[in-house]
Amino acid sequence: MDLMEKNLELVENQKLEGHTDRVWSVAWNPVSSNADGVSPILASCSGDNTVRIWEQSSLSRSWSCKTVLEETHTRTVRSCAWSPSGQLLATASFDGTTGIWKNYGSEFECISTLEGHENEVKSVSWNASGSLLATCSRDRSVWIWEVLEGNEYDCAAVLSEHSQDVKMVQWHPTMDVLFSCSYDNTIKVWWSEDDDGEYQCAQTLGESNNGHSSTVWSISFNAAGDKMVTCSDDRTLKIWGTDITKMQSGEEYAPWTHLCTLSGYHDRTIYSAHWSRDDIIVSGAGDDAIRLFVESKHDSVDGPSYNLLLKKNKAHDNDVNCVQWSPGEGERLLASASDDGMVKIWQLATKQ
Amino acid sequence: MVSGLINENPIIYPKKERRLRSDSSNTDEFTPEPIDQLEIFDHIRDIKDPEHPNSLEDLRVVTEDSVEVDDENSYVRVTFTPTVEHCSMATIIGLCVRVKLLRSLPARYKIDIRVAPGSHATEDAVNKQLNDKERVAAALENPNLVEMVDECLLPSDE
Repeated sequence: MDLMEKNLELVENQKLEGHTDRVWSVAWNPVSSNADGVSPILASCSGDNTVRIWEQSSLSRSWSCKTVLEETHTRTVRSCAWSPSGQLLATASFDGTTGIWKNYGSEFECISTLEGHENEVKSVSWNASGSLLATCSRDRSVWIWEVLEGNEYDCAAVLSEHSQDVKMVQWHPTMDVLFSCSYDNTIKVWWSEDDDGEYQCAQTLGESNNGHSSTVWSISFNAAGDKMVTCSDDRTLKIWGTDITKMQSGEEYAPWTHLCTLSGYHDRTIYSAHWSRDDIIVSGAGDDAIRLFVESKHDSVDGPSYNLLLKKNKAHDNDVNCVQWSPGEGERLLASASDDGMVKIWQLATKQ
Repeated sequence: MVSGLINENPIIYPKKERRLRSDSSNTDEFTPEPIDQLEIFDHIRDIKDPEHPNSLEDLRVVTEDSVEVDDENSYVRVTFTPTVEHCSMATIIGLCVRVKLLRSLPARYKIDIRVAPGSHATEDAVNKQLNDKERVAAALENPNLVEMVDECLLPSDE
Protein backbone atom coordinates (compact mmCIF):
# COMPACT_ATOMS: atom_id res chain seq x y z
CA MET A 1 0.00 0.00 0.00
CA ASP A 2 1.60 3.23 -1.11
CA LEU A 3 0.29 5.77 1.33
CA MET A 4 1.56 8.69 -0.70
CA GLU A 5 -0.83 7.78 -3.48
CA LYS A 6 -3.91 7.63 -1.31
CA ASN A 7 -5.66 10.88 -0.49
CA LEU A 8 -5.42 10.75 3.27
CA GLU A 9 -6.54 13.04 6.04
CA LEU A 10 -6.34 13.06 9.80
CA VAL A 11 -9.88 13.12 11.16
CA GLU A 12 -10.58 14.27 14.70
CA ASN A 13 -12.70 11.56 16.36
CA GLN A 14 -13.07 13.14 19.74
CA LYS A 15 -11.72 15.82 22.06
CA LEU A 16 -11.19 14.63 25.64
CA GLU A 17 -11.74 17.44 28.13
CA GLY A 18 -11.17 17.33 31.82
CA HIS A 19 -7.63 18.34 32.67
CA THR A 20 -7.40 21.84 34.16
CA ASP A 21 -3.87 22.57 32.95
CA ARG A 22 -1.69 21.64 29.97
CA VAL A 23 -1.52 17.93 29.08
CA TRP A 24 2.08 16.78 28.76
CA SER A 25 1.81 13.14 27.69
CA VAL A 26 -0.47 10.31 26.71
CA ALA A 27 0.10 6.55 26.82
CA TRP A 28 -2.00 3.77 25.30
CA ASN A 29 -2.49 0.67 27.41
CA PRO A 30 -0.63 -1.99 25.38
CA VAL A 31 -3.06 -4.79 26.09
CA SER A 32 -6.47 -3.35 25.40
CA SER A 33 -7.32 -2.76 21.79
CA ASN A 34 -10.38 -2.87 19.58
CA ALA A 35 -9.35 -5.98 17.70
CA ASP A 36 -9.47 -8.15 20.80
CA GLY A 37 -12.88 -6.87 21.73
CA VAL A 38 -11.36 -5.21 24.77
CA SER A 39 -11.93 -1.46 25.00
CA PRO A 40 -8.93 0.75 24.25
CA ILE A 41 -7.60 2.58 27.30
CA LEU A 42 -5.53 5.76 27.29
CA ALA A 43 -3.72 7.52 30.14
CA SER A 44 -2.96 11.25 30.06
CA CYS A 45 -0.92 13.30 32.50
CA SER A 46 -0.97 16.98 33.22
CA GLY A 47 0.27 20.17 34.84
CA ASP A 48 -2.81 19.85 37.08
CA ASN A 49 -0.87 17.14 39.00
CA THR A 50 -3.24 14.35 37.95
CA VAL A 51 -3.40 11.44 35.55
CA ARG A 52 -6.68 10.67 33.76
CA ILE A 53 -7.63 7.25 32.47
CA TRP A 54 -9.89 7.33 29.40
CA GLU A 55 -11.80 4.41 27.94
CA GLN A 56 -13.68 3.97 24.71
CA SER A 57 -17.13 2.45 25.01
CA SER A 58 -17.53 -0.55 22.67
CA LEU A 59 -21.22 0.30 22.21
CA SER A 60 -21.25 4.04 21.61
CA ARG A 61 -17.63 4.28 20.40
CA SER A 62 -17.23 7.40 22.46
CA TRP A 63 -14.50 8.10 24.97
CA SER A 64 -15.03 9.02 28.59
CA CYS A 65 -12.91 9.55 31.66
CA LYS A 66 -12.96 6.35 33.70
CA THR A 67 -10.95 7.59 36.65
CA VAL A 68 -8.64 10.36 37.87
CA LEU A 69 -5.40 9.49 39.66
CA GLU A 70 -4.97 12.35 42.09
CA GLU A 71 -3.78 13.31 45.56
CA THR A 72 -0.46 11.54 45.13
CA HIS A 73 1.80 13.70 43.06
CA THR A 74 2.18 17.19 44.47
CA ARG A 75 3.40 18.74 41.23
CA THR A 76 3.08 18.32 37.48
CA VAL A 77 2.93 14.74 36.21
CA ARG A 78 5.20 14.94 33.18
CA SER A 79 4.88 11.49 31.65
CA CYS A 80 3.45 8.04 32.19
CA ALA A 81 4.08 4.55 30.89
CA TRP A 82 2.14 1.28 31.07
CA SER A 83 3.98 -1.94 31.90
CA PRO A 84 3.94 -4.51 29.04
CA SER A 85 1.24 -6.51 30.88
CA GLY A 86 -0.97 -3.39 31.05
CA GLN A 87 -1.42 -4.02 34.77
CA LEU A 88 0.79 -1.22 36.04
CA LEU A 89 1.13 2.47 35.22
CA ALA A 90 4.30 4.37 36.12
CA THR A 91 4.02 8.16 36.48
CA ALA A 92 6.97 10.58 36.42
CA SER A 93 6.50 13.86 38.29
CA PHE A 94 8.15 17.22 38.87
CA ASP A 95 7.79 16.43 42.58
CA GLY A 96 10.87 14.19 42.16
CA THR A 97 9.06 10.90 42.55
CA THR A 98 7.87 8.15 40.22
CA GLY A 99 4.52 6.60 41.12
CA ILE A 100 3.63 2.99 40.40
CA TRP A 101 -0.12 2.41 40.11
CA LYS A 102 -1.89 -0.89 39.95
CA ASN A 103 -4.92 -1.30 37.72
CA TYR A 104 -7.73 -2.89 39.74
CA GLY A 105 -10.33 -2.61 37.00
CA SER A 106 -12.41 0.41 37.93
CA GLU A 107 -9.86 1.79 40.35
CA PHE A 108 -6.17 2.45 40.47
CA GLU A 109 -4.07 2.36 43.60
CA CYS A 110 -0.61 3.81 44.08
CA ILE A 111 1.29 0.76 45.27
CA SER A 112 4.76 2.23 45.32
CA THR A 113 6.62 5.55 45.10
CA LEU A 114 10.17 5.57 43.78
CA GLU A 115 12.38 8.24 45.28
CA GLY A 116 15.96 9.18 44.63
CA HIS A 117 16.11 11.82 41.93
CA GLU A 118 17.21 15.21 43.23
CA ASN A 119 14.61 17.16 41.30
CA GLU A 120 11.98 16.86 38.54
CA VAL A 121 11.54 13.41 37.00
CA LYS A 122 10.88 13.86 33.28
CA SER A 123 10.27 10.42 31.85
CA VAL A 124 9.75 6.74 32.70
CA SER A 125 10.00 3.63 30.54
CA TRP A 126 9.51 -0.13 31.01
CA ASN A 127 11.69 -2.66 29.18
CA ALA A 128 10.06 -5.23 26.87
CA SER A 129 9.65 -7.89 29.56
CA GLY A 130 8.55 -5.54 32.32
CA SER A 131 11.46 -6.58 34.54
CA LEU A 132 13.18 -3.19 34.44
CA LEU A 133 12.10 0.41 34.73
CA ALA A 134 14.12 3.49 33.75
CA THR A 135 13.63 7.09 34.90
CA CYS A 136 15.46 10.34 34.14
CA SER A 137 15.57 13.80 35.60
CA ARG A 138 16.78 17.42 35.49
CA ASP A 139 19.42 16.18 37.95
CA ARG A 140 21.19 14.86 34.78
CA SER A 141 20.94 11.23 35.78
CA VAL A 142 19.23 8.14 34.41
CA TRP A 143 18.18 5.52 36.95
CA ILE A 144 17.47 1.86 36.23
CA TRP A 145 15.18 0.03 38.65
CA GLU A 146 14.67 -3.72 39.00
CA VAL A 147 11.09 -4.85 39.43
CA LEU A 148 10.93 -7.36 42.28
CA GLU A 149 8.26 -9.42 44.00
CA GLY A 150 5.79 -7.76 46.32
CA ASN A 151 5.69 -4.32 44.70
CA GLU A 152 9.37 -3.81 45.48
CA TYR A 153 11.61 -1.72 43.26
CA ASP A 154 15.35 -1.81 43.67
CA CYS A 155 17.67 0.79 42.24
CA ALA A 156 20.02 -1.16 39.97
CA ALA A 157 22.01 1.71 38.44
CA VAL A 158 22.49 5.47 38.54
CA LEU A 159 23.94 6.65 35.25
CA SER A 160 25.33 10.16 35.33
CA GLU A 161 26.94 10.93 32.03
CA HIS A 162 24.62 13.52 30.55
CA SER A 163 25.89 17.03 31.22
CA GLN A 164 22.39 18.48 31.44
CA ASP A 165 18.70 17.81 32.10
CA VAL A 166 17.61 14.42 30.67
CA LYS A 167 14.32 14.76 28.83
CA MET A 168 13.32 11.20 27.96
CA VAL A 169 14.30 7.56 28.43
CA GLN A 170 13.16 4.76 26.18
CA TRP A 171 14.02 1.07 26.28
CA HIS A 172 14.66 -0.67 22.97
CA PRO A 173 11.51 -2.61 21.88
CA THR A 174 13.18 -6.03 22.00
CA MET A 175 16.57 -5.82 23.72
CA ASP A 176 17.50 -4.51 27.17
CA VAL A 177 19.38 -1.55 25.75
CA LEU A 178 18.39 1.86 27.12
CA PHE A 179 18.30 5.17 25.26
CA SER A 180 18.17 8.64 26.75
CA CYS A 181 18.02 12.12 25.22
CA SER A 182 18.88 15.44 26.76
CA TYR A 183 19.08 19.24 26.97
CA ASP A 184 22.80 18.62 26.31
CA ASN A 185 21.77 17.94 22.65
CA THR A 186 22.84 14.29 22.73
CA ILE A 187 21.30 10.84 22.71
CA LYS A 188 23.06 8.25 24.83
CA VAL A 189 22.87 4.47 24.48
CA TRP A 190 23.28 2.43 27.66
CA TRP A 191 24.30 -1.20 27.28
CA SER A 192 25.13 -3.98 29.67
CA GLU A 193 27.83 -6.22 28.24
CA ASP A 194 27.41 -9.19 30.52
CA ASP A 195 23.73 -9.11 31.31
CA ASP A 196 24.88 -8.60 34.91
CA GLY A 197 23.11 -5.33 35.15
CA GLU A 198 26.25 -3.21 34.83
CA TYR A 199 25.12 -0.57 32.37
CA GLN A 200 27.63 1.66 30.65
CA CYS A 201 27.27 4.44 28.15
CA ALA A 202 28.16 2.54 24.98
CA GLN A 203 27.57 5.43 22.59
CA THR A 204 26.81 9.16 22.49
CA LEU A 205 25.08 10.53 19.40
CA GLY A 206 26.05 14.18 19.28
CA GLU A 207 26.67 16.88 16.75
CA SER A 208 29.81 15.14 15.49
CA ASN A 209 27.74 12.09 14.51
CA ASN A 210 25.32 14.26 12.50
CA GLY A 211 23.32 14.69 15.68
CA HIS A 212 21.05 17.47 16.89
CA SER A 213 22.18 21.03 17.55
CA SER A 214 19.77 21.68 20.39
CA THR A 215 17.73 19.87 23.07
CA VAL A 216 16.54 16.42 22.02
CA TRP A 217 12.99 15.92 23.28
CA SER A 218 12.07 12.37 22.34
CA ILE A 219 13.01 9.00 20.85
CA SER A 220 10.86 6.39 19.15
CA PHE A 221 11.71 3.02 17.59
CA ASN A 222 10.21 1.22 14.64
CA ALA A 223 8.61 -2.17 15.34
CA ALA A 224 11.67 -4.13 14.18
CA GLY A 225 13.92 -2.09 16.44
CA ASP A 226 16.54 -1.44 13.78
CA LYS A 227 15.61 2.21 13.31
CA MET A 228 14.73 5.11 15.56
CA VAL A 229 13.51 8.67 15.12
CA THR A 230 14.53 11.56 17.40
CA CYS A 231 13.11 15.07 17.49
CA SER A 232 14.56 18.32 18.74
CA ASP A 233 14.37 21.99 19.58
CA ASP A 234 16.55 22.38 16.45
CA ARG A 235 13.30 21.79 14.47
CA THR A 236 14.51 18.60 12.79
CA LEU A 237 13.66 14.92 12.97
CA LYS A 238 16.59 12.54 12.63
CA ILE A 239 16.44 8.89 11.61
CA TRP A 240 19.09 6.53 12.96
CA GLY A 241 19.75 2.86 12.21
CA THR A 242 21.68 -0.12 13.48
CA ASP A 243 22.61 -3.64 12.39
CA ILE A 244 19.83 -5.48 14.17
CA THR A 245 21.34 -8.96 13.65
CA LYS A 246 24.54 -7.84 15.31
CA MET A 247 22.54 -6.22 18.09
CA GLN A 248 20.48 -9.37 18.69
CA SER A 249 23.55 -11.59 18.85
CA GLY A 250 24.39 -9.65 21.99
CA GLU A 251 28.08 -10.39 21.71
CA GLU A 252 29.30 -6.90 21.08
CA TYR A 253 27.78 -3.46 20.97
CA ALA A 254 26.05 -2.63 17.68
CA PRO A 255 26.48 1.11 17.07
CA TRP A 256 23.82 3.45 15.73
CA THR A 257 24.45 5.70 12.74
CA HIS A 258 22.67 8.69 11.30
CA LEU A 259 20.57 7.81 8.24
CA CYS A 260 18.56 10.90 7.44
CA THR A 261 17.59 14.38 8.69
CA LEU A 262 14.16 15.88 8.00
CA SER A 263 14.58 19.64 8.11
CA GLY A 264 12.56 22.56 6.84
CA TYR A 265 9.23 21.00 7.79
CA HIS A 266 8.74 22.40 11.29
CA ASP A 267 8.62 26.05 12.37
CA ARG A 268 8.98 25.54 16.11
CA THR A 269 10.39 23.00 18.58
CA ILE A 270 9.33 19.40 17.92
CA TYR A 271 8.31 17.88 21.26
CA SER A 272 7.28 14.39 20.27
CA ALA A 273 7.73 11.81 17.52
CA HIS A 274 6.28 8.31 17.30
CA TRP A 275 6.89 5.49 14.82
CA SER A 276 3.82 3.39 14.01
CA ARG A 277 3.71 -0.35 13.42
CA ASP A 278 3.10 0.33 9.73
CA ASP A 279 5.99 2.77 9.44
CA ILE A 280 4.28 6.14 9.62
CA ILE A 281 6.21 8.67 11.71
CA VAL A 282 4.05 11.27 13.47
CA SER A 283 5.39 14.48 15.00
CA GLY A 284 3.89 16.98 17.42
CA ALA A 285 5.34 20.48 17.55
CA GLY A 286 5.21 23.92 19.14
CA ASP A 287 3.46 25.33 16.07
CA ASP A 288 0.25 23.51 17.08
CA ALA A 289 0.53 21.11 14.15
CA ILE A 290 0.73 17.35 13.69
CA ARG A 291 2.72 16.00 10.74
CA LEU A 292 3.00 12.51 9.26
CA PHE A 293 6.02 11.22 7.36
CA VAL A 294 6.64 8.02 5.40
CA GLU A 295 9.73 6.56 3.80
CA SER A 296 10.18 7.43 0.16
CA LYS A 297 9.71 4.61 -2.34
CA HIS A 298 12.59 5.83 -4.42
CA ASP A 299 15.82 4.08 -3.61
CA SER A 300 18.64 6.38 -2.84
CA VAL A 301 22.34 5.65 -2.83
CA ASP A 302 22.70 7.76 0.27
CA GLY A 303 20.19 5.83 2.32
CA PRO A 304 16.49 6.17 3.06
CA SER A 305 14.64 9.42 2.59
CA TYR A 306 11.29 10.50 3.93
CA ASN A 307 8.36 12.45 2.56
CA LEU A 308 5.73 14.52 4.31
CA LEU A 309 2.51 12.52 4.01
CA LEU A 310 0.26 15.18 5.52
CA LYS A 311 0.24 18.19 7.84
CA LYS A 312 -2.63 18.95 10.19
CA ASN A 313 -2.50 22.67 10.94
CA LYS A 314 -4.09 23.87 14.17
CA ALA A 315 -4.45 20.27 15.37
CA HIS A 316 -4.73 21.94 18.78
CA ASP A 317 -5.09 25.56 19.95
CA ASN A 318 -1.60 25.42 21.38
CA ASP A 319 1.64 23.40 21.38
CA VAL A 320 1.33 19.67 20.73
CA ASN A 321 3.38 18.01 23.49
CA CYS A 322 2.90 14.34 22.74
CA VAL A 323 1.67 12.15 19.88
CA GLN A 324 1.18 8.38 20.15
CA TRP A 325 -0.17 5.79 17.74
CA SER A 326 -2.48 3.19 19.26
CA PRO A 327 -0.91 -0.26 19.64
CA GLY A 328 -2.28 -3.56 18.45
CA GLU A 329 -3.67 -4.74 15.19
CA GLY A 330 -6.99 -2.90 15.28
CA GLU A 331 -7.90 0.38 13.64
CA ARG A 332 -5.10 2.93 13.47
CA LEU A 333 -5.81 5.66 16.02
CA LEU A 334 -3.62 8.55 17.09
CA ALA A 335 -3.74 10.32 20.46
CA SER A 336 -2.33 13.82 20.98
CA ALA A 337 -1.79 15.97 24.09
CA SER A 338 -1.51 19.75 24.14
CA ASP A 339 -0.85 22.92 26.13
CA ASP A 340 -4.50 23.75 25.38
CA GLY A 341 -5.48 21.20 28.07
CA MET A 342 -6.98 18.76 25.60
CA VAL A 343 -6.32 15.20 24.54
CA LYS A 344 -7.54 14.40 21.05
CA ILE A 345 -8.21 11.07 19.35
CA TRP A 346 -7.59 11.03 15.60
CA GLN A 347 -8.06 8.56 12.80
CA LEU A 348 -6.18 8.34 9.54
CA ALA A 349 -8.76 8.02 6.79
CA THR A 350 -9.12 8.34 3.04
CA LYS A 351 -10.71 11.59 1.98
CA GLN A 352 -14.29 11.10 0.85
CA MET B 1 24.79 33.71 46.64
CA VAL B 2 26.34 37.12 46.13
CA SER B 3 25.54 39.31 49.08
CA GLY B 4 25.93 42.62 47.27
CA LEU B 5 23.89 43.71 44.29
CA ILE B 6 25.09 42.59 40.86
CA ASN B 7 25.01 46.13 39.66
CA GLU B 8 25.45 48.68 42.42
CA ASN B 9 25.07 51.72 40.21
CA PRO B 10 22.79 51.11 37.26
CA ILE B 11 22.27 53.89 34.78
CA ILE B 12 18.75 55.23 35.14
CA TYR B 13 17.58 56.89 32.00
CA PRO B 14 15.35 59.96 32.09
CA LYS B 15 11.69 59.09 31.86
CA LYS B 16 10.33 59.42 28.34
CA GLU B 17 6.94 60.89 27.90
CA ARG B 18 4.47 58.17 27.04
CA ARG B 19 3.49 58.31 23.40
CA LEU B 20 -0.24 58.81 22.89
CA ARG B 21 -1.90 56.69 20.27
CA SER B 22 -3.07 58.56 17.18
CA ASP B 23 -6.76 58.32 16.38
CA SER B 24 -7.46 54.97 14.91
CA SER B 25 -8.83 54.89 11.39
CA ASN B 26 -10.72 51.76 12.32
CA THR B 27 -14.13 52.79 13.57
CA ASP B 28 -15.66 49.31 13.52
CA GLU B 29 -16.04 48.36 17.17
CA PHE B 30 -16.30 44.64 16.43
CA THR B 31 -13.04 44.21 14.56
CA PRO B 32 -10.23 43.59 17.02
CA GLU B 33 -7.25 45.87 16.66
CA PRO B 34 -4.14 44.00 15.70
CA ILE B 35 -1.70 43.82 18.58
CA ASP B 36 1.27 46.04 17.84
CA GLN B 37 4.74 46.74 19.18
CA LEU B 38 3.62 49.54 21.51
CA GLU B 39 0.86 47.44 23.08
CA ILE B 40 3.31 44.68 23.91
CA PHE B 41 5.90 47.15 25.16
CA ASP B 42 3.22 48.66 27.41
CA HIS B 43 2.84 45.24 29.05
CA ILE B 44 6.53 44.96 29.93
CA ARG B 45 7.91 48.49 30.34
CA ASP B 46 6.91 48.80 33.99
CA ILE B 47 8.22 45.43 35.14
CA LYS B 48 10.49 46.18 38.06
CA ASP B 49 14.12 45.18 37.96
CA PRO B 50 14.65 42.45 40.58
CA GLU B 51 17.41 44.41 42.29
CA HIS B 52 16.50 48.07 41.98
CA PRO B 53 13.38 50.14 42.48
CA ASN B 54 13.41 51.01 38.79
CA SER B 55 11.52 49.67 35.83
CA LEU B 56 13.02 47.77 32.93
CA GLU B 57 12.23 50.81 30.79
CA ASP B 58 14.06 53.18 33.16
CA LEU B 59 17.14 51.02 32.95
CA ARG B 60 16.75 50.54 29.17
CA VAL B 61 16.66 46.79 29.70
CA VAL B 62 13.73 46.83 27.28
CA THR B 63 12.78 49.47 24.73
CA GLU B 64 9.93 49.74 22.27
CA ASP B 65 12.27 48.51 19.54
CA SER B 66 13.25 45.47 21.55
CA VAL B 67 9.79 44.08 20.77
CA GLU B 68 9.29 42.37 17.40
CA VAL B 69 5.70 41.38 16.75
CA ASP B 70 3.86 39.63 13.93
CA ASP B 71 0.22 39.63 15.02
CA GLU B 72 -1.02 37.84 11.93
CA ASN B 73 1.18 34.87 12.82
CA SER B 74 0.73 35.31 16.58
CA TYR B 75 4.44 35.70 17.18
CA VAL B 76 6.45 38.01 19.42
CA ARG B 77 10.12 38.18 20.26
CA VAL B 78 11.48 40.37 23.04
CA THR B 79 15.19 41.09 23.16
CA PHE B 80 16.33 42.49 26.47
CA THR B 81 19.65 44.01 27.49
CA PRO B 82 20.81 43.25 31.03
CA THR B 83 22.54 46.22 32.67
CA VAL B 84 25.81 44.32 33.11
CA GLU B 85 27.43 41.51 31.14
CA HIS B 86 27.62 39.03 33.97
CA CYS B 87 24.18 39.71 35.31
CA SER B 88 22.94 36.61 37.10
CA MET B 89 19.53 38.25 37.25
CA ALA B 90 19.22 37.84 33.48
CA THR B 91 17.19 34.65 33.76
CA ILE B 92 14.88 36.22 36.36
CA ILE B 93 14.32 39.26 34.15
CA GLY B 94 13.64 37.04 31.14
CA LEU B 95 11.24 34.94 33.21
CA CYS B 96 9.38 38.07 34.38
CA VAL B 97 8.95 39.25 30.81
CA ARG B 98 7.68 35.83 29.73
CA VAL B 99 5.23 35.53 32.63
CA LYS B 100 3.88 39.04 32.06
CA LEU B 101 3.32 38.32 28.37
CA LEU B 102 1.76 34.90 29.09
CA ARG B 103 -0.72 36.63 31.39
CA SER B 104 -1.39 39.55 29.05
CA LEU B 105 -1.42 38.20 25.50
CA PRO B 106 -3.99 35.87 23.88
CA ALA B 107 -3.17 32.17 24.25
CA ARG B 108 -2.48 31.87 20.51
CA TYR B 109 0.79 33.82 20.88
CA LYS B 110 4.20 32.17 20.54
CA ILE B 111 6.70 34.04 22.69
CA ASP B 112 10.48 34.02 22.26
CA ILE B 113 12.68 35.83 24.79
CA ARG B 114 16.39 36.44 24.30
CA VAL B 115 19.19 38.60 25.61
CA ALA B 116 20.56 41.15 23.16
CA PRO B 117 23.40 39.50 21.22
CA GLY B 118 26.73 40.41 22.74
CA SER B 119 25.21 41.77 25.94
CA HIS B 120 25.79 38.80 28.19
CA ALA B 121 28.67 36.46 28.99
CA THR B 122 26.58 33.27 28.86
CA GLU B 123 24.07 34.45 26.26
CA ASP B 124 23.38 31.04 24.67
CA ALA B 125 22.89 29.33 28.02
CA VAL B 126 20.48 32.02 29.23
CA ASN B 127 18.51 31.99 25.97
CA LYS B 128 18.22 28.21 26.01
CA GLN B 129 16.83 28.20 29.54
CA LEU B 130 14.38 31.00 28.88
CA ASN B 131 12.95 29.23 25.85
CA ASP B 132 12.68 25.71 27.27
CA LYS B 133 9.04 25.67 28.31
CA GLU B 134 9.44 22.57 30.49
CA ARG B 135 12.18 24.32 32.49
CA VAL B 136 10.05 27.46 32.70
CA ALA B 137 7.03 25.43 33.89
CA ALA B 138 9.07 23.67 36.57
CA ALA B 139 10.62 26.98 37.69
CA LEU B 140 7.17 28.53 38.03
CA GLU B 141 6.18 25.70 40.40
CA ASN B 142 8.85 26.97 42.79
CA PRO B 143 7.04 29.24 45.27
CA ASN B 144 10.12 31.33 46.07
CA LEU B 145 10.71 32.07 42.42
CA VAL B 146 7.04 32.86 41.83
CA GLU B 147 7.09 35.29 44.74
CA MET B 148 10.13 37.04 43.26
CA VAL B 149 8.50 37.25 39.83
CA ASP B 150 5.20 38.52 41.26
CA GLU B 151 7.11 41.25 43.16
CA CYS B 152 8.64 42.45 39.90
CA LEU B 153 5.29 42.38 38.16
CA LEU B 154 3.44 44.33 40.86
CA PRO B 155 2.34 47.69 39.54
CA SER B 156 4.28 50.42 41.31
CA ASP B 157 2.39 53.31 42.88
CA GLU B 158 2.58 56.27 40.53
